[in-house]
Amino acid sequence: MTTASAIEFAGPGARRQSLWRYWRGGLQGSEFTWAIAFIVPYVAVFLAFVVYPAFYGLWMGSNPSLYTEVFSDPIYLNTVVNTMVFLAFGVNVKLFLALMLSGFFMRPGWWTKALLLIFVLPWAVPALPTFISIHWMLNGEWGLVNNFLWIVFGMDGPSWLNSRWLALGSAIFSHVWKWTPFWTVILLAGRMSIPQEIYDAAKVDGATGLKRFTHVTFPLLANLYLVLTLLATIFLLGDFNSVYFVTGGGPANSTHLLATLGVVRDMLELGKPQLGVAAVMSALPLLIPLVIILMRKLKASEAQL
Amino acid sequence: MSTITTSTRAAVAIAAAAPATPATARPAERMRRTARRWRYLSNAGAALLSALLLVWTLTPIYNIIMVSLEAEGDVAVTHIWPPEPSVESFWVVLTEGHWYLEAFWHQFGNSVFLAAMVTLLVLVIGTLTTFSIGRMRIRNGWIITNAALLTYVIPASFLAIPFYLIMHRYGLQNNPWSVIAVLVTFATPYAIFIFLEYGRSIPLELDESARIDGASPVQIYFRIYLPLMAPALVAVGTYALLLAWNEYLYQFLLLSNDRSMTVAVALGKFLNSDVAPWNYMMATAIVYALPPIATYYMFRGRMSAGLTMGGVKG
Repeated sequence: MTTASAIEFAGPGARRQSLWRYWRGGLQGSEFTWAIAFIVPYVAVFLAFVVYPAFYGLWMGSNPSLYTEVFSDPIYLNTVVNTMVFLAFGVNVKLFLALMLSGFFMRPGWWTKALLLIFVLPWAVPALPTFISIHWMLNGEWGLVNNFLWIVFGMDGPSWLNSRWLALGSAIFSHVWKWTPFWTVILLAGRMSIPQEIYDAAKVDGATGLKRFTHVTFPLLANLYLVLTLLATIFLLGDFNSVYFVTGGGPANSTHLLATLGVVRDMLELGKPQLGVAAVMSALPLLIPLVIILMRKLKASEAQL
Repeated sequence: MSTITTSTRAAVAIAAAAPATPATARPAERMRRTARRWRYLSNAGAALLSALLLVWTLTPIYNIIMVSLEAEGDVAVTHIWPPEPSVESFWVVLTEGHWYLEAFWHQFGNSVFLAAMVTLLVLVIGTLTTFSIGRMRIRNGWIITNAALLTYVIPASFLAIPFYLIMHRYGLQNNPWSVIAVLVTFATPYAIFIFLEYGRSIPLELDESARIDGASPVQIYFRIYLPLMAPALVAVGTYALLLAWNEYLYQFLLLSNDRSMTVAVALGKFLNSDVAPWNYMMATAIVYALPPIATYYMFRGRMSAGLTMGGVKG
């Protein structure tokens, strides 16, 4: 109150000075200069490589007639369906498996620890070699899967990558294979941070087995699980590798996701990057709310944990 | 091992059962028997699940090794283990003995350069930023943290098309620095979270007393901040190294000619050719995958500590 009136009386010069002091905070003289100098590299990186491309993209995709072209493209509509299916199965199967397996890896003993070391391999190995391997495994004539089916059951396997749904299923399978270990490790850490006393108290109250999970473990993990679901959804929306290497978007461009459609078909094959930007930007109505919710959740959990 | 866990479990079971049934021996005996049966069942289930997990995890990896051990020419065959395994394809890769692999070591060098530069820059930019926000407590540092959080949650592939066009416009295609820039952009937010989080465990009084002794911010940064942050630097460095080595999309878009190409791009190119020698390709894939796997297992403990911090908190 008093400071406000003092500023009013003192005029613009004093206001500038107090604003200057506000910006400097507790830092004095050259220290403030150093503090600014230290954040300049990151600010420069952020402006040049996030803000600039983002606005460039928005500008490219700002022509409304692009969207009539995008929405009248049957391959784009297929891609939207693929993305929905991929999201519904990919995210939920992966996280549910991770939730269950993290419980399994809580078991004591050297065997589970050794198994965990092997289990994280899909995540430790770069995506490229393993996805190419899965692509080759699913080859209808010479792939490992069909060879196995023939040798053991004497039956001809389907040509996995030649029908839309089998191919899409294979891509989802690959994605789940690759990313389940990552989420398992995170949920395992979440489970480990639950204090043993809570379990002991629950045991006295008779909560064991399934009850222990539904009444103690899951409620405590629920917030983390929700955050991970959001994060997994956003990461999956931008997934490129699993579809690009396993199905290549084929057969006949029927298994694209938005990222592969925009980059591979629209930009590289058709040479129409604006179309690609518009296709990718059509995910914004889903992406923006997710990002806002997630950013709030992450801030809240940061304060809480 | 099993005896220990069995006895401790039994002890726990008894301890839990004891207050509920103080005098009667029969229900306790029955409970113990059910507990034992339950334990057998759960151990059998665990063994079964372990076997399933092993098959699930190792099949695609087994397939890479199998194909890489095929002798030349008979890749398109119908067996599940090569009758005459040979390591010839690894030799071909290492000696660049096929026209697909002419520039293998050059590409390998490109990948190493890229990963090393990304790691270095992420560590430098990350520590400078968090020193300013976390230690010097610059006003409105939350704006930077929010910007980093926003970058972390935007899928990198969504910016690929505009980024590609911008780099073309400035003639930076086939320049490794264009890819280094984008990878630094997407790896630094994680570095900022981890450094801020880890830095909280270092008392601010250290900086204060150094300041009173007349140390400049630069001296505090080098003499106090960096040495004390060493564990976090290792964790984030490993993360950045693996991210840069494993990334494909931007390398594929921006590094397309033979001189600038990395191993990842070369592998992807293999896949798109009609007459690719698959055994060489899989051998290349293994040679490409070994450095990150070794790095991962070497720094696993450090990394997973950081990962959980980052994973749980953003």
